[in-house]
Amino acid sequence: MLSIIFFRGFPKEMWIIGLTIGGLSISNDIRIFIHRCKMNASELAAIANRVRRRDLQAVYEAGAGHIGGELSVADILTVLYFHILNVDPARPRDPLRDRLVLSKGHTACMLYVILAEKGFLPKDEISTFLKPLSRLNGHPNCTKVPGVETNTGPLGHGLPVAVGMAKAAQLDRADWRTFVVTGDGEMQEGSNWEAIMAAAQFGLENLTLIIDHNRFQQGAALADTNNLAPLAPRLAAFGWAVEDVDGHDIPHLMRALSCDAIVRGKPKCIVAHTNKGQGISFMQDRVDWHHKVPNAAQYEQAMAELESAAK
Amino acid sequence: MTVSLYDCRDAFTQTLEALAAENSDIVAVVNDSVGSSKLNGFRDKWPERLINVGIAEQNMIGVGAGLANGGKLPFVAGASCFLTGRALEQIKADIAYSNANVKLCGISSGMAYGELGPTHHSIEDFAWIRALPNLPIIAPADRHETAAAVKWAAGYVGPVYLRLSRVGVPDLFGPDHVFEPGRANQLRDGSDITLIANGVLTHRIMMAADILATRGLSARVLNMATVRPMDATTVERAARETGAILTVEEHTIFGGLGSAVAEVVVETHPVPMKFLGVPGVFAPTGSANFLLDHFGMSPDAIADAAQALIAKKG
Repeated sequence: MLSIIFFRGFPKEMWIIGLTIGGLSISNDIRIFIHRCKMNASELAAIANRVRRRDLQAVYEAGAGHIGGELSVADILTVLYFHILNVDPARPRDPLRDRLVLSKGHTACMLYVILAEKGFLPKDEISTFLKPLSRLNGHPNCTKVPGVETNTGPLGHGLPVAVGMAKAAQLDRADWRTFVVTGDGEMQEGSNWEAIMAAAQFGLENLTLIIDHNRFQQGAALADTNNLAPLAPRLAAFGWAVEDVDGHDIPHLMRALSCDAIVRGKPKCIVAHTNKGQGISFMQDRVDWHHKVPNAAQYEQAMAELESAAK
Repeated sequence: MTVSLYDCRDAFTQTLEALAAENSDIVAVVNDSVGSSKLNGFRDKWPERLINVGIAEQNMIGVGAGLANGGKLPFVAGASCFLTGRALEQIKADIAYSNANVKLCGISSGMAYGELGPTHHSIEDFAWIRALPNLPIIAPADRHETAAAVKWAAGYVGPVYLRLSRVGVPDLFGPDHVFEPGRANQLRDGSDITLIANGVLTHRIMMAADILATRGLSARVLNMATVRPMDATTVERAARETGAILTVEEHTIFGGLGSAVAEVVVETHPVPMKFLGVPGVFAPTGSANFLLDHFGMSPDAIADAAQALIAKKG
């Protein structure tokens, strides 16, 4: 019996091939851990455009959603799922998978669209978003939707859970990584700062927090509510490695999220400077598009803009 | 004859350490509560596996959920008042709704912190947690039931809330006791009334039953360690066969053990009931045992309340 085992090196993304021969308990079959599908920047841009269109359609058809924050987080999630995360739709509970927690759970629709694009869900299931008895709730449910790691919705929950995930990997000396995406308004929740302290204390270099810094929360601009900006020095003061990134610059996101960008001994925060409603002119940086739903004319215009950008 | 009293935290930690020696996935998560949870021994044996998040209960619960997601078997232990009250939304979303395999261990529950006052009393936790789906609630009555419940919780895949006390209690069970979730233990049969309690109060209702016997009254005694899911079969039978039920709890009478029993009684076989517990007030200063007496839960007062209830049966 022959077993082929691929190990992912840490922190470099190196692949080491090990051969074991004989009746080892690992497997009777040849086991191949399939390398994640790594796409280049232009392929990622095409996916980001496609998921924006699908999200727009889903929100329009459902008559509800959080389109502003879905459009701001689209590039971040696209780069994560199609370039960074080691996840396999065939084995959504693989113990060695990377973890992604979408703490800004109200942008679940974009997560569902991307999970469908990745193969975790049938693509046509997106049309059930928010429909009675659909598993595609307004906030993601890990007990029903494969690829979702923990239930989010109330803000300030994802980062503490991600700290626990990263701690588990650290205890096992395993090299899987944990990523968590929060909103910027969400950072007003005190629970996040409890987790930020703990992550630094534990030296969780395998943890990456991405703050979708679109500068708007539900009711107003962050600056007019409880202004946490600039975020980077605050995280740095708590002992994190911090990087400011253009959250719509795909090559920049690819670099910032890669294993090469890990800082030894420190959790990593990427402050992703984004635009609420990114990609649709009349939605961009408009607070009312936090959860507004486009009418027919707006939908046509928005779709036309996205289609034009795809060309 | 002197009856020995035991702090159930010792049984909790001894059992946890024995399990952890066999299962390297077991970790303890605390909020600066190593000593009060009696986890010094655990920390000394497995310093890496004792995860202290500091004084931060919301984070503690989230970290527990994340550790479970990462393949660990976390026992999250802290003072019951803070564990449940401070982090209730995390318990709802991260633990119960997410079905995280986390064992929540509320230490020094009820009025165990007596003189420290109502901020430190945990007499709302049955009500809060009982309102959440997917979270069994267990309040063991002695050290042997504590050990058995911890063993059961470690083997059960899913969230559990263990409500543990530091107030000394005598033995009610033997060292071979096996915990059965959702199953009341009938400690004594009787026909005039049924007394139901759990935790530090079970031995008090046993004493009350002795007092009632001297008055010629026959009381059935049920130890209801599992508050959720409730043993509806045993409660219904008690209502039918004894015709009156008195519940005694180290908890507000609103939404706790008595309420859970009453929900079964009124839907199956309505009989007169009486709820003993904290009657919707903040407790005055006093030790745990003083406060239990103060709120009418001395063995004599329980017997008196039972006798009055029996008289109502008509």
